[in-house]
Amino acid sequence: MRFTLNGAPAEVEAPPMKRLLDVLREECALTGSKEGCGEGECGACTVLVDGMPVVSCLVPFAQVRDAEVVTIEGLGGTHPLQKAFAELGGAQCGICTPGMIMAAVALGPDPGFEEIRRGLAGNLCRCTGYEAIYRAVQGASA
Amino acid sequence: MDLLEPRSLDDALGMLRQHAPLMPLAGCTDVFVALQFGTETARRFLNIWGLDELRGIDVRDGVLRMGALATYTELGRSPLVWEHLPMLVAASREVGGMQIQNRGTLGGNIANGSPAGDSLPVLAAADAVVVLRSLDGERRVPFTEFYTGYRATVIRPDELIVAVEVPPVEGAQWFRKVGTRAAQAISKVVMAGVRAPRPRIALGSVAATVVRLPQTENALAAGSTLEEAQRVLRQEIHPIDDVRSTAAYRLRVAANLLGQFWAETG
Ligand SMILES: Cc1cc2nc3c(=O)[nH]c(=O)nc-3n(C[C@H](O)[C@H](O)[C@H](O)COP(=O)(O)OP(=O)(O)OC[C@H]3O[C@@H](n4cnc5c(N)ncnc54)[C@H](O)[C@@H]3O)c2cc1C
Ligand code: FES
Ligand code: FES
Repeated sequence: MRFTLNGAPAEVEAPPMKRLLDVLREECALTGSKEGCGEGECGACTVLVDGMPVVSCLVPFAQVRDAEVVTIEGLGGTHPLQKAFAELGGAQCGICTPGMIMAAVALGPDPGFEEIRRGLAGNLCRCTGYEAIYRAVQGASA
Repeated sequence: MDLLEPRSLDDALGMLRQHAPLMPLAGCTDVFVALQFGTETARRFLNIWGLDELRGIDVRDGVLRMGALATYTELGRSPLVWEHLPMLVAASREVGGMQIQNRGTLGGNIANGSPAGDSLPVLAAADAVVVLRSLDGERRVPFTEFYTGYRATVIRPDELIVAVEVPPVEGAQWFRKVGTRAAQAISKVVMAGVRAPRPRIALGSVAATVVRLPQTENALAAGSTLEEAQRVLRQEIHPIDDVRSTAAYRLRVAANLLGQFWAETG
């Protein structure tokens, strides 16, 4: 099946009902997307499909045919959000971080506090108490 | 697990007829959770996510028509929904987080039929009509006749929901969900109301299906005080205790919501 993965054309053979999360981790060796809950509640597996954040644990592989998928690896490690999370304490254990950043990417430049809070409402973090995460997202556009 | 991949709506309806039973897959935000839990017994599925015939939101002769695959994100951003059915905008913006709003669909919420579904009281209060289609053609079912019991609907195995139609709604619209958390939580009580000469009120999570409250509506239409109407409401609904909350709590919340609705739309 063909789709675009982190900007490059990809062709991957996998069962159509396999979770996108598992295809990314097992077939594509992209282990940045994490499984926190497998039920859509925690957001740790968030990736962009056609520019929109979705939880990859609830997407069957067949539904990204011809779509553009971007994972945390697609940001290349140098994205302002990645730097801001590292510098401003937005990541502690780091399990939630890739999903947080992929949700934050979709907010666009210079989001307001309320926008950030709403935009990240589908992402849980057990470590930071969220304040440092909101600061990092704001810091990334500063 | 098998997945059939139709290329058009007719193709999909043909597969439903020929290969039944098949479970349609829209945004999968209910189905994949159930598969993960092990509570979903279906093993053969029909991918309808790519069917453009089920997308789109438009208004014809004053009737708002929303394709079954309209996502909460699309509903929450649609100028037509803002204009004609603002209470659905309010409901859509409170479903899950962004990730769920980007995938969860109106058709999925209706077909899944959880009595806690957030769009359902809105559709009940708006006197919406569900458009079903099979190879035999289309039929239109009033939303208030759509459910036959707990998560049971009139949909036949060879039918898909193609759209939902909402006739013009006169009067101020109101929506509120009372849950444990603003996003993500499955609601405990949700109310949608329309403040018209004959008010329309619908509640979710207080019965096996979403319910309209005709007696409460009649009382308000006849000029009862709010307190009288709240008394009628407490007689009219019979919520149960479950893991999410108690019957007494739900009764109190429902009566309070009626009060808020009345105060905020008066
Ligand atoms: C983390 C999380 C939070 C959530 N929060 C909320 C919330 O706040 N409020 C709420 O109401 N729901 C919530 N949900 C539930 C879910 O997102 C909604 O019910 C959503 O609308 C389901 O749509 P879907 O397209 O994903 O359905 P799917 O999972 O694809 O399908 C659900 C059911 O509908 C059937 N179906 C789908 N489309 C059609 C069609 N066109 N014709 C016939 N049958 C069809 C399927 O066969 C299946 O039985 C939440 C879910 C998760 C995982
Ligand atoms: S693992 Fe996908 S949302 Fe938690
Ligand atoms: S940093 Fe540990 S869960 Fe967020």
